[in-house]
Amino acid sequence: MKLTKILTGATLALGLATTAMAQDKTKVGFVYVGPVGDGGWTYEHNKGRLAVEEAFGDKVETTFVENVPEGADAERVITQMALQGADLIFTTSFGYMDPTINVAAKFPDVKFEHATGYKQADNVSIYSARFYEGRAVQGHIAGQMTKTNTIGYIASFPIPEVIRGINSAYIHAKEVNPDVEFKIIWAYTWFDPAKEADAATALIEQGADVILQHTDSTAPQAAAQTAGNVVTFGQASDMSEYAPFPRVSSIIDDWAPYYIARTQAVMDGTWESVSTWDGIGAGMVGIGEFSDAIPADVAASAMALKESLADGSYHAFTGPLNKQDGSAWLAEGETAADYGDGGLAGMNFYLEGIEGSIPQ
Amino acid sequence: MIRLEKRPMPSRTLPMITPVIAVIITMIAGGALFAVLGKDPIEAIRTIFWDPVFGEFAFYYRPQLLVKAAPLILIAIGLSLGFRAGIWNIGAEGQYIMGAITGAAVGLAFYPTESIFIFPLMVVAAAIGGWAWGMIPAFLKVRFGTNEILVSLMLVYVAQNLLSSMALGLLKNPEGMGFPGSRNIATNASTSSWINEAAGLHWGIVFAFIAVIFAYILLYRHILGFNIQLSGEAPRAARFAGVNPTRLILFCLGVSGALAGMAGLFEVAGPAGQIKIGFNVGYGFTAIIVAFLGRLHPVGIVLAAMLMALTYIGGELAQGTLGLPSAAIQVFQGMLLFFLLALDLLTNYRIAILPRRAF
Repeated sequence: MKLTKILTGATLALGLATTAMAQDKTKVGFVYVGPVGDGGWTYEHNKGRLAVEEAFGDKVETTFVENVPEGADAERVITQMALQGADLIFTTSFGYMDPTINVAAKFPDVKFEHATGYKQADNVSIYSARFYEGRAVQGHIAGQMTKTNTIGYIASFPIPEVIRGINSAYIHAKEVNPDVEFKIIWAYTWFDPAKEADAATALIEQGADVILQHTDSTAPQAAAQTAGNVVTFGQASDMSEYAPFPRVSSIIDDWAPYYIARTQAVMDGTWESVSTWDGIGAGMVGIGEFSDAIPADVAASAMALKESLADGSYHAFTGPLNKQDGSAWLAEGETAADYGDGGLAGMNFYLEGIEGSIPQ
Repeated sequence: MIRLEKRPMPSRTLPMITPVIAVIITMIAGGALFAVLGKDPIEAIRTIFWDPVFGEFAFYYRPQLLVKAAPLILIAIGLSLGFRAGIWNIGAEGQYIMGAITGAAVGLAFYPTESIFIFPLMVVAAAIGGWAWGMIPAFLKVRFGTNEILVSLMLVYVAQNLLSSMALGLLKNPEGMGFPGSRNIATNASTSSWINEAAGLHWGIVFAFIAVIFAYILLYRHILGFNIQLSGEAPRAARFAGVNPTRLILFCLGVSGALAGMAGLFEVAGPAGQIKIGFNVGYGFTAIIVAFLGRLHPVGIVLAAMLMALTYIGGELAQGTLGLPSAAIQVFQGMLLFFLLALDLLTNYRIAILPRRAF
């Protein structure tokens, strides 16, 4: 309790001291789980940060700390940013959820934004992207590109976001290729090039000729390139250095518009705690350019799928869909709800046809 | 011509001053590195070494230094006993994880009961968990003569997988909406290791200092400590003196395992809060460096752990305020260790400048 007082006192003092000299400079902090050069997840968040700098020029000052472990260290890094006078702090990984909430309670005047979590507070907004929409397009292409009918999937952590991606990719691959089979490896990391490369190689050796990844580095792309004839998709970032082959398309996270809007809101004093979950339609999820390796008809139908997801005429999870154990999940024509029982936010089950089980 | 000459006797004063020299050289070399990266070297060094202790927000960082150093001290003290006797426990990280799991499991089993007896039980369970994990390489070594370095290291990976399995299954928070991870045990007074969270004080810090005192007494005032040192420096002599190597192996691996296990509990029940995948961030491995940096001496270990904690916290500060990349901070930490170990050479050798000879 005492710390709360000391910290609030400090922020107050700091607030008083800084308002006089730098009233028009808004300080925005970013906490990253990987290095900014990972070429994937953190790279895109950092692009969002740079976009904020570009949009506001002298009116903002941004800082970041990279490679922050998800746990006790995160809490210290976030506290440090708040102490240094940040007005707005983006914590960009699922594991920063509790630390963000804890620090936010001690700094009621600082605004926080936590990516991909589910705990909101008066000064903590949450935001995430509907990556599963991108996975639908990916599955649609992957199902038609595979010749061995085996698709390898490098999964990170068994959390709903990742499980949604697997399910979405699977049902859309299955739709175009009834014989398709998924092999899933859980890497238990967001960023570990060596582990990711090992996983990719293991999947390729098991006969996979398409590799999908939910980890952040380009190591699986490199492994696929070495193996030859293996198709990959860029993850979180375009990863276009591996185009046109093995990378045939990608899911791109575009955080820049959101980061700019939220910074603007802090400047205007209109910031409120919100929960944002945007997809292809709002531009938070982008689909990277289709390379020439994709046959023209596949590219055309994938583009049509993307359009229907963007304008909302099609939902990536539309019934009839059963859970892995055969029990009904969505009835004919029914679309998945975001929240509640069996909702997407807490998805913790595979859909019918996927082999293996979610690690427990 | 410059030559290295072996000293007739290892220097007694140098081990005391080389760490200071190493820190100074690191500051110079690190400053040069930061200058090349386009940052003001003086400001960078000041941010890393000065600001966390004496800067504007030192009131927050000083307790954080202890929080970061406590598990390092606790683990390194245990390891140093074995290292002195030539028993190489490299798997403290695994014992740390196991202690966290068993300790937290006891706490979670009592949820939501409130009692002051729960936390002591958790500490005991953690010590037993870590001890048992340390006993595996110990038993295999005394029974089958396996190499404890490999066995203890491999068991780290086993422990990590157990941790994942616990976070996803047995210990998963039933109210966590399907997300992996246990309930938060730090927020419940009966299971929390915090004594005063505001001051950054938790039981791990208290136990760390108790361990330092016990280790000091053991090593310098007790026959067992003498036997440990003797076995490390002169194994044959130790055998003639009647030291039982089996008992020594079991003792050293057991104690270091129990201490690492307790460190794991204090961390999970305090700063970390919950059992989850990626809970371990390498304290067990960093403690090996700390043990050697501290010359395997209890007081040295305290200083070394504080220094490591300082570079971590100062490093984060420098990233946040100066925009230094985290890789540069890691290089900086690497330099510190490199110079320390390199200067160790001077303990046994001295630099002699000989007159140029005509051939």
